[in-house]
Amino acid sequence: MSLTDSPAKYGSVAGSETASGPLGRAALRGDGSLKVRGAATYALEQPVEGVLHCVLVQSTIGAGRVAAIDRSAAEAAPGVRLVLDAGNSLTLAPMPDFFGNTPPGDSYVPFAREISFNGELIAAVVADTLEQARAAAALLEVTYEEARSVPTFSDPRAGEGRAVDAMTKEWGEPDAAFAEAPVRIEATYETPREYNLPIEPHGLIVHFEADDRLTIYEPTQWVDGTARNYAGWFGLSFDAVRIVSPFIGGGFGSKAQGLPHSAAAAIAAKMLGRPVKLAVTRPQTFTAYGGRPATRQTLRLGAAADGRLLALDHDAASETSVTGTFTETLGIVTKMMYAVPNLSSRQNVVPVNTVLPGPFRAPGKNPSAFAFECAVDELAVELGMDPVDLRRVNEPDHDFETGKPWSSRRLLKCYDVAGEAFGWAGRNPAPRSMREGRQLIGWGMAVGTHPVYAAPGEATVRLLANGSVEVSSSAIDMGTGTYTILAQTAADVLGVPVEKVTVRLGDSRLGRAPVAGGSQLANLMTAAVHKTALAARDELVTLGLTDPNSPLRDQANTLTVADGRIGASRGGAISVGELLAATGRDHLEVTRDTLPEADRTPEERQRMFSTLAGRGALPDLPVSRHSFCAHFIEVRVDEDFGTIRVSRVVTAFDAGRLYNPKLAESQFKGGIVMGIGMALLEEGVTDPRNGRILSSNLADYRIATNADVPEITTISVGEPDYDATPLGGKAVGELSIVGVAPAIANAVYHATGRRVRSLPIKLDDLL
Amino acid sequence: MNDFDYLRATALDEASTLAKTPGTMFLAGGTTLIDLAKCGVERPGTLVDITRLPDLSAVTVDEAGATIGALATMSRVAVDAAVTERYPAVSEALLLAASAQLRNMATIGGNLMQRTRCAYFRDPAGYPACNKRMPGSGCSALENVTRDHAILGTSDQCIALYPGDLSVALTALGATVRTTSREIPIARFFVEPGDRPDRETVLERGEIVTAVHVPASAAAANSTYLKVRDRQSYEFAAASAAVGLELEEDGRTIRDIRVALGGVATVPWRAEAVEAALRGRRLGETTIREASRAAVEGARSWYANGYKIELACRVVARAIMEVGGIK
Ligand SMILES: Cc1cc2nc3c(=O)[nH]c(=O)nc-3n(C[C@H](O)[C@H](O)[C@H](O)COP(=O)(O)OP(=O)(O)OC[C@H]3O[C@@H](n4cnc5c(N)ncnc54)[C@H](O)[C@@H]3O)c2cc1C
Ligand code: SF4
Repeated sequence: MSLTDSPAKYGSVAGSETASGPLGRAALRGDGSLKVRGAATYALEQPVEGVLHCVLVQSTIGAGRVAAIDRSAAEAAPGVRLVLDAGNSLTLAPMPDFFGNTPPGDSYVPFAREISFNGELIAAVVADTLEQARAAAALLEVTYEEARSVPTFSDPRAGEGRAVDAMTKEWGEPDAAFAEAPVRIEATYETPREYNLPIEPHGLIVHFEADDRLTIYEPTQWVDGTARNYAGWFGLSFDAVRIVSPFIGGGFGSKAQGLPHSAAAAIAAKMLGRPVKLAVTRPQTFTAYGGRPATRQTLRLGAAADGRLLALDHDAASETSVTGTFTETLGIVTKMMYAVPNLSSRQNVVPVNTVLPGPFRAPGKNPSAFAFECAVDELAVELGMDPVDLRRVNEPDHDFETGKPWSSRRLLKCYDVAGEAFGWAGRNPAPRSMREGRQLIGWGMAVGTHPVYAAPGEATVRLLANGSVEVSSSAIDMGTGTYTILAQTAADVLGVPVEKVTVRLGDSRLGRAPVAGGSQLANLMTAAVHKTALAARDELVTLGLTDPNSPLRDQANTLTVADGRIGASRGGAISVGELLAATGRDHLEVTRDTLPEADRTPEERQRMFSTLAGRGALPDLPVSRHSFCAHFIEVRVDEDFGTIRVSRVVTAFDAGRLYNPKLAESQFKGGIVMGIGMALLEEGVTDPRNGRILSSNLADYRIATNADVPEITTISVGEPDYDATPLGGKAVGELSIVGVAPAIANAVYHATGRRVRSLPIKLDDLL
Repeated sequence: MNDFDYLRATALDEASTLAKTPGTMFLAGGTTLIDLAKCGVERPGTLVDITRLPDLSAVTVDEAGATIGALATMSRVAVDAAVTERYPAVSEALLLAASAQLRNMATIGGNLMQRTRCAYFRDPAGYPACNKRMPGSGCSALENVTRDHAILGTSDQCIALYPGDLSVALTALGATVRTTSREIPIARFFVEPGDRPDRETVLERGEIVTAVHVPASAAAANSTYLKVRDRQSYEFAAASAAVGLELEEDGRTIRDIRVALGGVATVPWRAEAVEAALRGRRLGETTIREASRAAVEGARSWYANGYKIELACRVVARAIMEVGGIK
């Protein structure tokens, strides 16, 4: 069974006011055919005339400084136009990243002299051809003064790190409650560095059309935020920078801002007065931007004999770089998941010689749920209780962290539905109790959750004389389905078939949009398009009723728009095109945003969309908004080899209303597949001496292959939640990866009796 | 990748002569060579493309054995009906290797010659010290991350693993490598690192592998290749075993057994001690498990790869059980 053909009683579409319209249907992806035919033009395929090719050079030491770079041989090599390093680079103005880290000093060059991690960008070579640039890059003579590096936080010299104040939370009397709790467990869980490795490499083409005007073709999850980076670096106005990003071959959080390599290519283009193209190689991607940092969490749980949680103590640490702070928010699930009357949670970040880590699908939520959901399983074992029953006992009637009621929380339903589909009732709780031949079979479960974030968006809707509709925004589609659901939204409001709607995205010249991150974009942009399409419909009606040349003038109090026609409910209708023609127009265009009503300067509006300030601009809501899911997973462990195969996954989701169940299902399944990789395969291996990444390619950094993926059943129990978002959806994109790894770890324990608390779980852990 | 010349050879002796010049290398499917050139490990001056040489891609199976042309692709040989029937270990070793895309490109000759996946070997920019790339420069792997390094056939100069699968099956089945100038039993084709880890085979400069010959035997016809790894596809072996088994008429006494190991040694590793311990014995799980311990005689663990010692024994045992029909 799959989401798309799941019975209507669980389908979130049922009961939604627009279930009869296009929104909520399993429409095919609008961009699907383009992609299948190879006709979707990705950034590096843009036909820009006269491009030069730029190749990056990264450091081979983990700490110290670049004493000298001898550029002469490279400069003399055939076809070379420019060899760039910290010595001769144009300097830019420093810009803060996403998280507010700003490079020190009053000027910025993307090439390091002081090395803070292995693989840091130190130079770039630009030549007529890619081959020439590569060959010349190999000729650079770099002399280093190497210092001792602290590559990972397992290195004793890394120390304890520093506390992140925002992550400290306490309520009740956790110490006393823990001391008095009749049942207690304590355990430490670890996750390794994990990397965002989208199939489309990071890269860009930069074209300065004039000294103060440039176009950048770069895959980005946030056109406006990225445009702001370039504008700031070069001291240009936001409007002088055009970012074009119609298709993105995956990002998982890593493509949301201008990165050092982006600056390098732009500097080269500016200095040479020629368009420059740059593709980061696969090995370089491991240090050109940060992935998920390694994490360590110690959890202490105290419970009553009936399973009620009495106390929770959570002590967490994650890696950050020595130059900036990225916090993988490890307490995020711990604090809101269950009814815990006494809680203490804190987190340190530990600076080590690494690239600054960054967001990777469900940042914080994912490792947070790994530790907590394993700990809850351990508690269930200690209590002799079924892990689902233990969770039911601790189901909270409100969010204990914020004190707010849930906008909706259908997790109990998830247990019922997925548990039944999986056959959980037939589970023998004893470890090693189920086998087939030499395979030990284990059943495990765990819960996932993701908050519903909100930020303003903006959209433009054009009604054309031929009855078709154009929707546009700078919002992006990284393969998740934005094109499709926005077409569905407009079609829904305007009463036209989806095929009549064209959607344009990913261009900073279009309306503003926030980052496609935090699983927020679908909700925000459907809301923006919905609002704009309603306004367009109203304007059309007004035009029909009031324009002196309108054939519908004064015919009725109002007019109805449907199937490309407009008219009074009793009386004749004319086509939208006829009305536009009669009133002397070839189209009608409306732009609206979802910022709260207020007078704003253009600069302020800009800031709302191109920084995270937009989130703060929206009013605080009286409810706590989250999506939920429950994974039930079967593994088979070979008793001789310790090899783990995931053989069955059944997951029920409460993600509110699904705008397109087919697309939601793809996201759900994709997240589960990625979760399998996280549990069993993915691991950034670092050289303990100098922090070099030893698994910097797709053969050695193992992600799940088709052979690792079993049949996955996804069931939606969500219902429209209009307290969460205007159109009733909740978070979808990142939700499903959360909870997969602990469900697998719990299943491995059930199969083997071995509790592995450090990911990935490898065969040598079970030998 | 450096700039190089590209020549396309049309005759064997022409190719052979061209390649006598230092810095000249043969290009077959390119899946090892181009990859390593991109890493900066191989820096050929000239590539001699041998893929258009005539008559080197046939697969002939007769009473005496199978002759597999050096230019036959992995994917083709893997599904050859006669190979699958009479040399299942060969077919399985190929099917469990690399990915479908790589197998479509890669050739049998190139497959034998594939090089280690040692991460330090593959990263000359980061690790100048590597005795395999440059004898005497040191070994960057020692005392470092070695989960995927060898436990058998190592030297204090190099502990890099031979990563291939096919050669393990060929070693178990006693194949011969045919070249432009001679026939080399596979057991003598690969050389352990010793103090010259740069020398991996006995091939001379300009010598071309033309075919692999696998002699027919009852053991070959009842053979299997068992490959164990964390990921279910597209990963090199953590440990593997090729086993061929022939029983006496009684259906339970071992007449002939061939065992070789992969994923654990610096070269494809024939486990003669296991064979000797089992020849003439009755099939049985306990007997097999005990005998399989001999597979790791002389093994030495290097830091993080100790798990391979136990794993190798279990893989050998299970492979023998599989061909012996013990579920
Ligand atoms: C990501 C990845 C995963 C892989 N996984 C596996 C695996 O799981 N198991 C496995 O067994 N293999 C695996 N391989 C290795 C793969 O099988 C080899 O790369 C392939 O077989 C090499 O064949 P080729 O024709 O492409 O050789 P080439 O790359 O063309 O040549 C390799 C070397 O052999 C030399 N050579 C080629 N042909 C001849 C000849 N006839 N005579 C003399 N010298 C010759 C070349 O000069 C070169 O030095 C993997 C490779 C990659 C890249
Ligand atoms: S193990 Fe061998 S190949 Fe690897 S670094 Fe050492 S010498 Fe080089």
